[in-house]
Amino acid sequence: MAHGPPRPILRAMIEATGLTKRLGGRTVVSDVSFRCEPGTVTGFLGPNGAGKTTTMRMVVGLSTPDAGASRVLDRRYHDIPNPGRHVGVLLDASAQHPGRSGREALAISAQMMGVPESRVTELLALVGLDDSAAKKRVRQYSLGMRQRLGLAHALLGDPQVLILDEPANGLDPEGIRWMRGLLRDFADRGGTVFLSSHLLSEVEAVADRLLIIGQGKIVADGTRDELLAGTGVLVRATDPRELENALHSAGLAAQALEDGAFVVDADPEAIGRAALTGGVVLTHLAPAEGAGLETLFFQLTETPA
Amino acid sequence: MNPAIPFPKLTFVELRKMVDTRAGFWLQVATAVITIAAVVLVGIVGEDTDRTLRSMLSVAVAPATILLPIIGILLVSSEWTQRTALITFTLVPKRLRVINAKVAAGLVLGVIVFAIAVVVALAATAAFGGDFELGAAVFGQTAVVVLTGMLIGIGFGAAFLSSAPAIVLYFALPLALGILGEFNFFDDIAEWVDTGRTTTPLMEHAASGTEWAQFAVSMLVWMVLPLAIGIYRITRGEIRAA
Repeated sequence: MAHGPPRPILRAMIEATGLTKRLGGRTVVSDVSFRCEPGTVTGFLGPNGAGKTTTMRMVVGLSTPDAGASRVLDRRYHDIPNPGRHVGVLLDASAQHPGRSGREALAISAQMMGVPESRVTELLALVGLDDSAAKKRVRQYSLGMRQRLGLAHALLGDPQVLILDEPANGLDPEGIRWMRGLLRDFADRGGTVFLSSHLLSEVEAVADRLLIIGQGKIVADGTRDELLAGTGVLVRATDPRELENALHSAGLAAQALEDGAFVVDADPEAIGRAALTGGVVLTHLAPAEGAGLETLFFQLTETPA
Repeated sequence: MNPAIPFPKLTFVELRKMVDTRAGFWLQVATAVITIAAVVLVGIVGEDTDRTLRSMLSVAVAPATILLPIIGILLVSSEWTQRTALITFTLVPKRLRVINAKVAAGLVLGVIVFAIAVVVALAATAAFGGDFELGAAVFGQTAVVVLTGMLIGIGFGAAFLSSAPAIVLYFALPLALGILGEFNFFDDIAEWVDTGRTTTPLMEHAASGTEWAQFAVSMLVWMVLPLAIGIYRITRGEIRAA
């Protein structure tokens, strides 16, 4: 882990301590703790079924934890008098009445939270649902459109905190980029974003912090840079087999990637020397970056065979 | 922190949710159309004795007593069947408030529908030259039957948290009871639990003490019990949509 100057302790907008949930005799979420601070995007990463949704459901009070607790804005979610005005939640974009128009779906929530109807028009425009789309029944929406409607719904009450479960699902690459910009901007203005994904590539570009969950347990939690720094050096050679031998002889721990590259937990100089000693021609020697994070992600979340 | 959402606003939103979907809207229209059609039909083909206000009112509320419970069921169960419960309960995490707002909205709608039925019955009695005799007792008792019907629907919706089983059982269970009531040994019990039998006297004449008691017992079984089960399930359980 990198040791920079201590980060200032900010007030946690979302704080979970020891969240645990058992469903049908199986521990779905086990002792999950984390905090999300203002101005940051936290990516909640893990394969399907790792416990992301269950964790989020506990944070917003739809599910009661068997142990542990969570607080949003320094209080229990249940004790926020009008949560829509403070916390924007999108748990499932398909959870909309199919017989209601997109505009009406937003309008009833706006009325409930007490925000003016003009805000509905504003948000429909922001998420790119035009007039004819807004008038259509949700039944006719594609998953991408539902996702946009869900984001509009989450932003409706002008919240300080966003909790989004797989918001990129069903969006095309252009849509994903648009959403990243939207969330980055939200966080840069002081907002707190907590979003989940089962795809590293979706959150890597936008998240300041990564929280990785596998089989209900938090397996990594840190800033993106911290997690990247811990993943070593990516090295390639003309002959991967010789490279492996050279690294092995030098006593360096190397992890083979599928394409013949290795991620080595050592500094580049040590690897260079090992290669020189072994007479191996290197073709690549650089910090592992995304490739390493991906390895980390799979490593941490893979079910042991 | 913003103040809590006022209860009347919650109730109003629940009312809006009953009519802003295609199914909800047409269910209301159907209730109105059938009410008028029933009254006109009785006015044209009925006997003179059918054209009194008392008789017209019982005809005018008949469609409502069948359709209002369905609206009540959907008011609760569609949140689960259509998965909107996720949204509703994240916006209003105090679950009992949501249930209370739905009950209040159901009662408001029941009062509106009853008022429309009264107006239709009055108009029909005038149009067909009938007798305006009704009596305060029957008027009040009819309102009670209409409103409890709505609450029974809400109870079934809440107890099952799924539209199809709630609607099917809402009709099937009393039907089964009616058939059982044909057997002598069950007749005595049916007098106290078959809502078809316990509500009829209330629509016809000032009910006696026994008739009120029978009505109350049947409501305990069909209204209070499902509501209690529903409140328990909604407030204690996980909010998960089908």
